[in-house]
Amino acid sequence: MTAHPTRRVTLRIWRGDRNDGRFVDYVADVDEGMVVLDAVHLVQATQAPDLAVRWNCKAGKCGSCSAEVNGMPRLMCMTRIDQLPADEPITVEPMAAFPLVRDLVTDVRWNYEVKKKIRPFRPRKPDAADGTWRMDQEDVDRVQEFRKCIECFLCQNVCHVLRDHDKHAEFIGPRFFVYAAALEMHPLDTEDRLADLRHRDGIGYCNITKCCTVVCPEHITITDNAIIPLKERVADRFYDPIRRALRVLFGD
Amino acid sequence: MAHGYERHDCEVLVIGAGGAGLRAAIEASAAGARTAVVMKSLLGKAHTVMAEGGMAAALAHVDDRDSWKVHFADTMRGGQYLNQWRMAEIHAKEAPERVRELEAWGALFDRTADGRILQRNFGGHRYPRLAHVGDRTGLEMIRTLQDHGVHQGIDFHMETTAFRLLKDGERIAGALCYERERGRFVVFRARAVVLATGGIGRAYRITSNSWEYTGDGHALAYHAGASLMDMEFVQFHPTGMVWPPSVRGVLVTEGVRGEGGVLRNRDGHRFMFDDIPENYRNQTATDPDEGWRYVIGDKNARRPPELLTRDHVARCINREIKAGRGSPHGGVYLDIAWIREKLGDAAREHIRRKLPSMYHQFKQLAGIDITVEPMEVGPTVHYIMGGVRVDPETQMSDVPGLFAAGEVAAGLHGANRLGGNSLSDLLVFGRRAGLYAAQYARSVSDPTLDEDDIQRAAAEALAPFERDGGENPYALQRELQDLMQDLVGIVRTEAELLRALEGIARLRERARNVSVGGNREYNPGWHTALDLEPLLTVSEAITRAALERKESRGGHFRDDYPNKDPQYGAFNLVVRKAADGTMQLERRPLAPMPEELTRIIEEQK
Repeated sequence: MTAHPTRRVTLRIWRGDRNDGRFVDYVADVDEGMVVLDAVHLVQATQAPDLAVRWNCKAGKCGSCSAEVNGMPRLMCMTRIDQLPADEPITVEPMAAFPLVRDLVTDVRWNYEVKKKIRPFRPRKPDAADGTWRMDQEDVDRVQEFRKCIECFLCQNVCHVLRDHDKHAEFIGPRFFVYAAALEMHPLDTEDRLADLRHRDGIGYCNITKCCTVVCPEHITITDNAIIPLKERVADRFYDPIRRALRVLFGD
Repeated sequence: MAHGYERHDCEVLVIGAGGAGLRAAIEASAAGARTAVVMKSLLGKAHTVMAEGGMAAALAHVDDRDSWKVHFADTMRGGQYLNQWRMAEIHAKEAPERVRELEAWGALFDRTADGRILQRNFGGHRYPRLAHVGDRTGLEMIRTLQDHGVHQGIDFHMETTAFRLLKDGERIAGALCYERERGRFVVFRARAVVLATGGIGRAYRITSNSWEYTGDGHALAYHAGASLMDMEFVQFHPTGMVWPPSVRGVLVTEGVRGEGGVLRNRDGHRFMFDDIPENYRNQTATDPDEGWRYVIGDKNARRPPELLTRDHVARCINREIKAGRGSPHGGVYLDIAWIREKLGDAAREHIRRKLPSMYHQFKQLAGIDITVEPMEVGPTVHYIMGGVRVDPETQMSDVPGLFAAGEVAAGLHGANRLGGNSLSDLLVFGRRAGLYAAQYARSVSDPTLDEDDIQRAAAEALAPFERDGGENPYALQRELQDLMQDLVGIVRTEAELLRALEGIARLRERARNVSVGGNREYNPGWHTALDLEPLLTVSEAITRAALERKESRGGHFRDDYPNKDPQYGAFNLVVRKAADGTMQLERRPLAPMPEELTRIIEEQK
């Protein structure tokens, strides 16, 4: 095995709980190719055993280790240290849009509650002779983009409607517009979620700043491919003057 | 002072929320049982999410010669006939229905030209058999089960770890768990418990497994009096990343080879053609041209040697590296970019489309573009074939009311698992465990919990806080990983296994002196300390069984007994906790196979 160079870095990690907290500097010698999560683990194993951090796969597939690295929402497991500025401390802090549990761990349960409210998948009756369905790859492709989502909630974290305006009660956030879009555009689905999207889920709050798309580690085109088409469907249903007149006459 | 806890009552408690746990919970709930699920992570983050290649089911969409019989014979051959034949039969018969059911719950698999579920090639499967979604099939599966499951009235407890199974006399009575977030104890009284905790990869240094894989279910079952079986069979996946050091062990899907990827040594030689086992010779291509024709769907061609079973491919790679013919960072080359020679410029797009997360993973973590350069890969601990011994029909263990499904259960895979047979295992036997657990729960009354047991277990769990200046749990875990990697690895010898046993005993002594600081709220140091006991227990079981099996078969290779010995093909090794607390080993003869199944195996040879 070839020897590999190590580098000394300072990690400025947020330590604290709901009541109180501060940044603490840790010095660590990191190997070539290490990601931020590795450095955090190194600190945990050698200097701060109770440092709270959530992680699972360490391969960008589970979406557990979301945090803000040098102020940018990222997966710690996919952020290489050698791609960060070498001459300054690396700051690592928890996502800001969710309540802090401890250190780098936040309480993301709100997301699970929101998801449960969205009407589930309701397929049409199987229509192929063998009791299943036929679907074209082309129709599946569009939805597969949305189904790449690893639920890291970085898009939720960066969305100003949640992060700055705290509209958690009235707005479901980009992740769940992507989820709703995946269901609405599913080739087999027959459920109707447009009224919910307009009235309950607050799709009107999104003013298309595209921050969510920028931070998505799965490169899902959240705004253009999911949110805007949903907004169009909602507008067609509720703001089309002819449909509006019909609704006044005949009800929903 | 008594330790406080929150108390929940349910009929079926499922431990683990990967594919098997979620499928079990859905079925138990559908059968009318009040069902709760505890999981160490957040919902949807379990290790299933990392499965890449696909789930094996003889749908026969791509090759109409496929059937449950061929799938059954492939599974038995891959497992070197130590599989519980009844489980292999059930699995092959029921997997197609489980895949279709997933589609009915919203999963979107890649499609054939005529709009059906597409299937891909994988090691040891005679025909293209894996339903898949690019290289993120596990994510599709877990998300589908999660999104379906949350509407079924199941009680989910996230970031809650099971610490001890509770019993009422001989039967199961529930479990003592702790919430990771606040560190509080939670006691579940349950008529039936389904273990779906996955595997043991964290007992090794180089592994594709996440932190959760600490053998919890194996150890919980063992201490509750259940039998473990086939523990000597640990699967080294042939292709893990080897560079950079921090990602060593991260999985590179077998799908790369399924799509035409080839293995080469330092000299550019395709070494897999050099060593083709006798029992696969009839099914394996004789030259690269035939191998490629198989990849692109020529029904007259046989599969390339890169698609031999994982145990064999991993050993061949290991041999090249040991012989000094490896790549610069101690692996070999896995090359998918070469298909440009066949597909021209379309190759690049094809690779990115079929292997998007591999492309992304190498680009981001290693700075390698797999559409132009070869990857460096080497074996990584991936899976344990061994686990809780269960009834093939119901998945119930030797302990009444205790069930197991998925990786934590033994039997389906024998001495070696075929790629793609795990995801289908989770669904087929997850469903069965849930169904029969609910049935069992209906047939019994509520158990009685023993408060002394609960208090004793709670005190044990908190002991690391009581000690000062003891061992660092992270350092101990690392020492165990080094020991298992070096002494109970891909090639084993008696001398090394004996040293491993001594080492494990010493680590066990030191583990009694582990101390942790801080408080009980989200304290990974404490969690790591509590993970040591199950890790040590499974490590000891693996080592003892590996010592006892004086032959080489499937995932177990003994340098001092390099050949397969028919005498050892007649039994499984079973590990139990004796009355005096020591680990005891027993040879259990295989159940005789019905003639009909023997005939199927003969016909498929």
